[in-house]
Amino acid sequence: MIRWALLLLGGVLLGGIVHFATVIVMPRTATQDAYARLTPITPVNTVTPLPEPAPDKAIMPFMDPAFASAVCRYDLSEGPLKLTVPVGPAYTSVSFYTRYDVAYYAINDRAAGRRVIDLDLMTPEQHSQMPEEEDVTAADRLIVESPTPTGLIAIRTLAAEPGLMDKAKNAIAGAKCEKTTLAAAAAR
Amino acid sequence: MRLLLGTLFALLVAATVGLGATYFALTRGAAFGAMRIGSWTAWPKTGTADADPYARASIARTGILTIALGDGVSFTARTDDDGKPLDGRCDVVLSGITPAARFWTLTLYNENGELVANSVNRHGFTSQEIVRRSDGSFEIAVGPRASPGNWLPTGGVERYALVLRLYDTPVGVATKAGREVPMPKISTGSCP
Repeated sequence: MIRWALLLLGGVLLGGIVHFATVIVMPRTATQDAYARLTPITPVNTVTPLPEPAPDKAIMPFMDPAFASAVCRYDLSEGPLKLTVPVGPAYTSVSFYTRYDVAYYAINDRAAGRRVIDLDLMTPEQHSQMPEEEDVTAADRLIVESPTPTGLIAIRTLAAEPGLMDKAKNAIAGAKCEKTTLAAAAAR
Repeated sequence: MRLLLGTLFALLVAATVGLGATYFALTRGAAFGAMRIGSWTAWPKTGTADADPYARASIARTGILTIALGDGVSFTARTDDDGKPLDGRCDVVLSGITPAARFWTLTLYNENGELVANSVNRHGFTSQEIVRRSDGSFEIAVGPRASPGNWLPTGGVERYALVLRLYDTPVGVATKAGREVPMPKISTGSCP
C-alpha cells in the first residue's frame, strides 16, 4: 500500500515537471501560432495588408474588425530595417512581436508626435555596431531593438466608423518596411 | 515485474497529471497578473516582453497577436455580472461608462474568437459610433432580436465573448482595479 502511495507521489511530482516542460516548450513547437499563420501570405521584409476578419474566415482569432491592419514579417539577419507608417484618420499604432508572438514594443501616432511614424528596427548587436555621430542627438531618431532576429510588425489603423474603412486602408497602403544599412540609419 | 508495473504506473500518473495540468492551464487562461473588474478580465502584462510562460504558451496555442501594452489593453467578458455565461439567445444589456482611453472598441466573438455572422453585418461598436445619454454613459443591447438604440446582434449563438479594447489608455500593469477603472455592467434580461 505504502509502495503504491509513494509511486503515486513520485508520479505526481514527475507530472509537475512534465507540466512545466510542456508549457515552456509550447511556443517553440506551435504550428498554428500567429507567425506560422502569417508566413504563407506575407513575403519577408515587405508590408502586406491583411484581409479584414469575417465570420467565416479570419487569419487569426480575436482580430479587431474596426481596424485596417497590415503586417511586415521581418528578418534582420542581413541588416536593419527602416519602417515608415503614415498616420491614419483616427488612431494608428505599430506593434512589434518576436518570432514567438510576444509583443515587446508598441508606439502610436500620438506618442510618435508626427504625421508619419518613422523608425529603425535592428538587433542589439547591430545597434552596438552603429557608428556614433556627435551632432545627432538620440532623441531625433527612434531605434527599436528586436530580441529575436525575425518577428512581426503589426500596423493598425482605426476606422472609427465603417464608412472610414477605405480611408484607413489607404493610409496603411502607404506603409513601408525596407532593408537599410547601419550607416544610413546612423545618418538620419 | 513489480518494479516494471510500478514504474509504468508512476509514468502514467506523471503523463496524466502533467499534460492534464497544461491543457487546463492553457484553455482556462491561467496567465499571471490578471486584472478582474466585474465580469471583465484583462492581462496587461501579456502584451509586454515580460509575459510569463503561461501567457506565452497560450499565445502560441491560440495563434493570436495580443495587444501590446503601448497600444492598449483588452478586456474580455464571458459571463454577466452574476456569473451566468453569456448566451446569444438572451437579451443582455451592457451599461455604464468605460475607463479613460482615446478610443475603444467593443466586439462580439464566438468561443473560438471568430466573428459571428448576422443579418446587419455588425460585429461591434467603436467609441465614436455609440449613442450616449447626456451624462456620457451608454447602454448597448446585446441580443438576437433587433432593438432600438445601440444593438449588437448575437446571431443566436449559444455562447459568446465580449471584448472591450481600450486604445491609448492610462490603464496598464500598475492600475489597481476599482474606482479609476469603471467598466460597463453586464446583466442578462429575458431568456427564451
